[in-house]
Amino acid sequence: MTLGLPGIQSTLHPAGPQAQRILDLFDVFLIVTTVVFVIVVVLTVAAVVKGRRRREAIGEDTRGMKLAVGTGAVLTIAALITLLVTSVATGRAVGTFGGGNPDQMEIVVTGHQWWWEVTYPDPQASNTVRTANEIHIPTGQPILLRLATRDVIHSLWIPRLHGKRDLIPGRINKIYIQADAPGVFRAQCAEFCGLQHAHMSLVVIAQTPGDFMQWKIHQQAPANDPATPQQAHGRELFLDLPCINCHAVTGTDAYATLGPDLTHVASRKTLAAGTLINNHGNLAGWVSNAAAIKPGAQMPPIPMNGPELQDLLAYLENLK
Amino acid sequence: MKRLAILLAACSLLACHREQRSLVPRAADARRTTPVRVSDLQPGRPQPAVTAMKNPYEGNAWAVSEGQRLYSSYNCAGCHFHGGGGIGPPLMDSEWLYGSTPANIYTSIVEGRPNGMPSFGGHIPEQQVWQLVTYVRALGGLEPSGATQPRAEEMQARRAEEPK
Repeated sequence: MTLGLPGIQSTLHPAGPQAQRILDLFDVFLIVTTVVFVIVVVLTVAAVVKGRRRREAIGEDTRGMKLAVGTGAVLTIAALITLLVTSVATGRAVGTFGGGNPDQMEIVVTGHQWWWEVTYPDPQASNTVRTANEIHIPTGQPILLRLATRDVIHSLWIPRLHGKRDLIPGRINKIYIQADAPGVFRAQCAEFCGLQHAHMSLVVIAQTPGDFMQWKIHQQAPANDPATPQQAHGRELFLDLPCINCHAVTGTDAYATLGPDLTHVASRKTLAAGTLINNHGNLAGWVSNAAAIKPGAQMPPIPMNGPELQDLLAYLENLK
Repeated sequence: MKRLAILLAACSLLACHREQRSLVPRAADARRTTPVRVSDLQPGRPQPAVTAMKNPYEGNAWAVSEGQRLYSSYNCAGCHFHGGGGIGPPLMDSEWLYGSTPANIYTSIVEGRPNGMPSFGGHIPEQQVWQLVTYVRALGGLEPSGATQPRAEEMQARRAEEPK
């Protein structure tokens, strides 16, 4: 599992041009403020030491005083202008990056309490891909993310690719991201959105354009049919139980959009918005009682006996 | 031939079946039912309705907000709109076609009602049914004032009358 790598969610390890610009701005601020801090500390210490030696001379050297204040004011204004100019320049560069391309690849990211819906719209509706808590992107090109929310304000923050951008009810925000090389980057909701705000993360998986297309074609395919009687019974349970009030699996009667689309749930790396690694045990725990893992999570516990749970899991794990 | 006829006659005698008629009913068979009453009109002296079906979330503000979320999730607004009614009857007053007690509303949701109200029994968890009950009762001003409905994004019809 790559999610434990150091620097997977670090602003200091940019993986694309947007985050690189933000880091450059950070460096400018760090250098300027460090220099200012050192100068202020040195002058303060000098003044204290000097003042002790010539206590009686204070207030007589007005020319020296004017020179000191004048120099200080000029230096302060110069430093502030430097910061302002670099800040505005970075803001413009980040804000205008990627715009104006009519063939822009678009991904819609919708925030929910407490998970991320990720949609790849397609002019042909049946080719639209819906997944959750994972954004797959091809490397080397700007990607437009349209940010929406189904309930409260969330904020998408992929530190290695870009700064934060809020998801506001009733409107669509846009950001452009680009990854220069394949990799896995962790992202996190950065606006307090309720009980499980801290457990609302996602992974961005940058792939070479070839790998990305392969992934997308696989995701466009309908769900796997059950291969064993156990999986077939699991599907019967899935369609019979309240699961289908919220979840969708293409090719079946389940088409609700309140919860994550489960058509290819077994192909995902994590469950519950990056909270759990997607394996048999975690899936069993999550399905049995989600709110025991994330108190407040909106998936209700569904009464099932052990064999029924195993059959359901067998079906879900076949949805690769 | 004769034997066969006798055999057939015996078989047809055995095949005779009539329902049992118990002319002396047991006392237990005459038990009185305690229904979820939809009507106040009763023959004779008024008798109680079901009291065991209590709303576990009566007066619970959290349940009201959860109910509000589910109300839009399960598309109750598709017919009842945001309380003002449209295809389905309005929910923002205290006079209800099939009764406005928690037990009545629970039954309406679980069993469905004629002319369009779907039966949600078995499709949604019981806990969510009660949360919906609490929310629609709050819409009608039937919940205690401590559990008023939360602010809604949608245009909200205002309650027409004060609860009795």
